[in-house]
Amino acid sequence: MAIPFSYSIRNLRTRRLTTVLTSGGMALVVFVFAAILMLAEGLQKTLVETGSYDNVVVIRKGSSAEVQSGVEREKASIVETAPEIAIDADGQKLVAKELVVLISLPKRENSNPSNVVMRGIGPHSLALRPQVKLIEGRLPRLGSLEIIVGKSIHKGFKSTGVNETICCGLRDWRVVGIFDAGATGFSSEIWGDADQLMQAFRRPVYSSVIFKLRNSQEFDTVRARIESDPRLSLEARRETKYYRDQSEMMAKFLRIFGWSLTIIFSLGAMIGAMITMYAAVATRTVEIGTLRALGFRRTSILTAFLMESLFLGFTGGCAGLFFAAFMQFITISTMNFQTFSELAFTFTLTFDIIYKAMLFSLIMGFIGGVLPALRASRMHIVDALRTV
Amino acid sequence: MLFLKLLFRNTFRHRLRTGLTILGIAIAILAFGMLRTMIGAWYAGVEASSAGRLVTRNAISLIFPLPLNYKDKIRQVSGVSIVSYGNWFGGIYIDEKNFFANFAIEPKSYLELYPEFMLSRAEADAFLRDRKGFIAGRKLVEKYGWKIGTTVTLKGTIYPGNWDFVLRGIYRGKDKTTDETQFMFHWDYLNETVKKTVPRRADQVGFYVIGVTHPDLASEVAISIDRLFKNSLAETLTETEKAFVLTFIAMTEAILTVIQAVSLFVIFIILAVVANTMVMTTRERIGEYAVLKTLGFGGWHLAAIIFGESMVITMIGCILGIALTFPAAKIFSESLSTYFPIFYVEPNTLLLDLTAATAVGLIAAIIPTHRAVMIRIADGLRRLV
Repeated sequence: MAIPFSYSIRNLRTRRLTTVLTSGGMALVVFVFAAILMLAEGLQKTLVETGSYDNVVVIRKGSSAEVQSGVEREKASIVETAPEIAIDADGQKLVAKELVVLISLPKRENSNPSNVVMRGIGPHSLALRPQVKLIEGRLPRLGSLEIIVGKSIHKGFKSTGVNETICCGLRDWRVVGIFDAGATGFSSEIWGDADQLMQAFRRPVYSSVIFKLRNSQEFDTVRARIESDPRLSLEARRETKYYRDQSEMMAKFLRIFGWSLTIIFSLGAMIGAMITMYAAVATRTVEIGTLRALGFRRTSILTAFLMESLFLGFTGGCAGLFFAAFMQFITISTMNFQTFSELAFTFTLTFDIIYKAMLFSLIMGFIGGVLPALRASRMHIVDALRTV
Repeated sequence: MLFLKLLFRNTFRHRLRTGLTILGIAIAILAFGMLRTMIGAWYAGVEASSAGRLVTRNAISLIFPLPLNYKDKIRQVSGVSIVSYGNWFGGIYIDEKNFFANFAIEPKSYLELYPEFMLSRAEADAFLRDRKGFIAGRKLVEKYGWKIGTTVTLKGTIYPGNWDFVLRGIYRGKDKTTDETQFMFHWDYLNETVKKTVPRRADQVGFYVIGVTHPDLASEVAISIDRLFKNSLAETLTETEKAFVLTFIAMTEAILTVIQAVSLFVIFIILAVVANTMVMTTRERIGEYAVLKTLGFGGWHLAAIIFGESMVITMIGCILGIALTFPAAKIFSESLSTYFPIFYVEPNTLLLDLTAATAVGLIAAIIPTHRAVMIRIADGLRRLV
């Protein structure tokens, strides 16, 4: 067993250029495969982490995002009275009535306008989102035209530094702070006072009511009550589910795109491996004959060539993943089709992707090598030795 | 002539290897062509837009409406020939997966502004007469099997409730770039219902579409419209339809960049495959090259033989790939019409296919040629396979 194995590895080394080209092709396929899955993963992770499991988002029935929703003040007040809402140390209910609008802002790099979420917050909004941390400046005073911007917005859009102003709704909004909410959707938002925003944008209704449950198990009760109340016609979702739903369409698009591309591309790489392995078998006919004459069995020959091909796939997979890992430093900012607003997310490498990519590269190696290896193992000793 | 014969003989000496390589190229060219077509589909709306139309919307962002009474003020601006308006309705048909564009529009002026939506006289009249009527594109109607007179219910996301519409007309696109998957109904139907349910949202228009008397006047008219509403409660942003569509594309730029990058990757993958084939082929024939050199053939001859063989392989693969692109695009456009309403192979894509294949063929032959030309005759003759 040891000899056919080392024989395989040394063969790969001898024909360096061919080895590099074949596994290079596979590496590219694995790279594309991993990169696109990483993108879909990053998008989904960002939106899933945006929500907290114990928070509940209440929006108008039938609307799929906060932007489309409208919750009248009376209705919001009814929701506020729910006994299931948690109470903070000061005895206040942890509930926020928020307004979400889209404003278009010019990007830093090319001045192209893009839609940004502007969220009007209440006094408890920050307490409901512990992941939001101020990294520069201070918090806005409620009742003023002060705003804080998310890190990704500060990075991507013009005049969003501290003490700069952005202008919309006939007001000048002064940026007083920059916050970091980690890899969540909030990092791509602008926050200001809800009542000021309602005035400026002439929206007399809130977009959503968000509250924290005092007991996580009570979600079904509170949901049933809100959704069956004829005065409300609202629907309640856990915040985690709400944000996961928003990533669905785009993540699905990326996944379908990634898989179909990879399947097509991998055909090319498998053909490459097959060509290499057929050539390897053809040029080594005499050697195969010699090995057989020495007493190595057909299965040993089969394994040797399969090993060689699998090893090609393995190196390709490793190289592809190695380069894909660097993609994690890249942040992509684009419009989410579903919410119609800008969202920044990074390529995210997970063990699941590593495992899938490696499995995939080995499968490519296997399929590319199995036919040539079979041919090698079926050779007759005498015929093989005779061909020179 | 003899040279060509030699090329083809050489190419098909290893039938299996050549066949596999050609197949690989064909697949790669197919993938490249599809990706390019997809990028084209992304830009399809730009090509469909007319230079003679302007779009006015709220300056804050698209989600904010404009008052209906702007209509008459806009009409007074010199250079404006016709004003239409509408709202993005955002209704869902049965399930969120069945996405298609649906608008509430002012029917008469809208149809006048968009002559590319071709509708028979009778159907247009039937649509104009029925306030609950709607018209839809041919592809959309075929997809869901609607007939004239079918009642279709959309679930409102922006405007709550279930909305019933009756199909009154099926429009066809004037040319390939026209989107045949849209759904349009009477703005009045929307407005009158909203008046009853949410009065504060009545008489609000999502966007105005403006026809100008002459395309050259477009930018001038746009500026005067925006100036008209400067410092009002709803400031406007007017741009040509083309610019309007381009802002949408710019928002999804990052995804587009990814697709573009990936379409280059497939070329590199196939380059690796072809280069590999050529490297192996020449390695096996080093002895023959040495013989040719002994007979007096120079480096240029060898180069021509190797480059020629590489080109023969890639060109056959390329033609096969192009031939496959058309049926593939057809299947693709039928199954993914939700994402890409317009999906067809542009002549430009074929040109790119050919360029890419040529580049691959040439680059793949460089290293093998270098090896074959550089080897000394004695070494070549001595070397065993």
